Amino acid sequence: MGVKEKARIMDAEAIRRALSRIAHEIIERNRGIKDLLVVGIRRRGVPLAQRLCDRIAEIEGARPAMGILDITLYRDDLTTRSEQPVVHRTEIPVDVKGKKVVLVDDVLYTGRTIRAALDALMDLGRPELIQLAVLVDRGHRELPIRADFVGKNVPTSRKEMVELRLNEVDGTEDMVLIVEKD
Amino acid sequence: MRLKSKHVLGLREMEAEEINLVLDTADSMKEIIGREIKKVPTLRGRTLVTLFYEPSTRTRTSFELAGKYMSADTVNIATTTSAVVKGETLKDTARTLEMMGTDVLVMRHPISGSCHLLARTVSCSVINAGDGMHEHPSQGLLDLYTIRQKKGKIAGLRVAIVGDILHSRVARSNLWGLTKLGAEVVVTGPSTLLPPAAQELGVRATSRVEEALEGADVVNVLRLQLERQKGGLFPSIREYSRMFGVNRERLALAKPDVLLMHPGPMNRGVELSSEVADSVYSSINEQVTNGVAVRMALLYLLLGGGEAA
Repeated sequence: MGVKEKARIMDAEAIRRALSRIAHEIIERNRGIKDLLVVGIRRRGVPLAQRLCDRIAEIEGARPAMGILDITLYRDDLTTRSEQPVVHRTEIPVDVKGKKVVLVDDVLYTGRTIRAALDALMDLGRPELIQLAVLVDRGHRELPIRADFVGKNVPTSRKEMVELRLNEVDGTEDMVLIVEKD
Repeated sequence: MRLKSKHVLGLREMEAEEINLVLDTADSMKEIIGREIKKVPTLRGRTLVTLFYEPSTRTRTSFELAGKYMSADTVNIATTTSAVVKGETLKDTARTLEMMGTDVLVMRHPISGSCHLLARTVSCSVINAGDGMHEHPSQGLLDLYTIRQKKGKIAGLRVAIVGDILHSRVARSNLWGLTKLGAEVVVTGPSTLLPPAAQELGVRATSRVEEALEGADVVNVLRLQLERQKGGLFPSIREYSRMFGVNRERLALAKPDVLLMHPGPMNRGVELSSEVADSVYSSINEQVTNGVAVRMALLYLLLGGGEAA
């Protein structure tokens, strides 16, 4: 089964500007970076969270705490997938209790990943609040979940897929693509 | 990527790639054991039954905890208080447990090959928790995990296994795993307790413990299984201890950063002196924690996913 590239909806510059705006919004909403914990969801949420932390550090002169969340053990589709996902490590270096957590993911779609991430995070302790930052919101939610910070809203059909390519992960230029299965 | 078999019967049947998958998954599981609330929902609604025909503290407990940390329901059957004492056969006991909805059966049994028999009898997954003198794969895997954690690699390391190799299922699982991952293995013990064809297993055998320990990166000391020593294969425990016991002087022959391991339970002062067992080289307590992580990994890889395609 091949995939066909239909459109390039964000290039490297657009991604950089969106992350820069989100960084400002996170600081504004939380009145600084006190008690802030930025948590990237594996896999592409992690480099995005890193970039957000870099940008926040440039603006505020101090870097917020950052963590990595692996949601494999919390998935609701483990028993229905034939392919078994590989479990990776969750690495949250600080106690989440009382923290303002910003979850970071690449694409918000059904909301099921975020549901799993919320459960995974709650099992680690009781944060003061949790916010959600995504680079792309493509709609088609199956759960009552919304993002607090959005890079770009993109109307899509369910047949399409939205793919983020990042230099750190894919070794290519940064871009967001809409692709369709043949 | 998943394990090729739905059973874990021995490391002999596993490929290096599968062993590495277990070790990598265990690494992720270890973080959960360090949490304040040790619980993930992955195996909700799955049932794990431990069926032990021989005594055990750590293996049975760690399988039970591994299941509980992953939200499986766990049931433990000690055969001394079960229908086994009324004469029920192994196959009938296993089928009864299967009919109650067991997803994975963890068994320890004194007869080699009994877990293979069980795997052919039932349709659920079977994990071998030690079958006679054959294999103890979860112990082998946790030993490999501990070595990799402490040394950063396994390939190229020199590993000495000391003790009653002939009767030891831990030794066999270690041999298969270590050689598959590229370690150089030497086994040592009284010549009556060494396997007759060690070379065919890809390892070197010597009855001089000093020769085996010299330059070793890892020394894995086996428990002298007093319950399997009825045949008079060595003169006395005291002599065994004097000739083959690992103490400070002997351990000094190994590399300065040697890793000392023991699967437990220890006969202090017999195969291992208390002094070295409690020394900085010893990873014996760490092995116990790693055992839970490795068993969580096995349960996830066997049960945490859909039916194999």
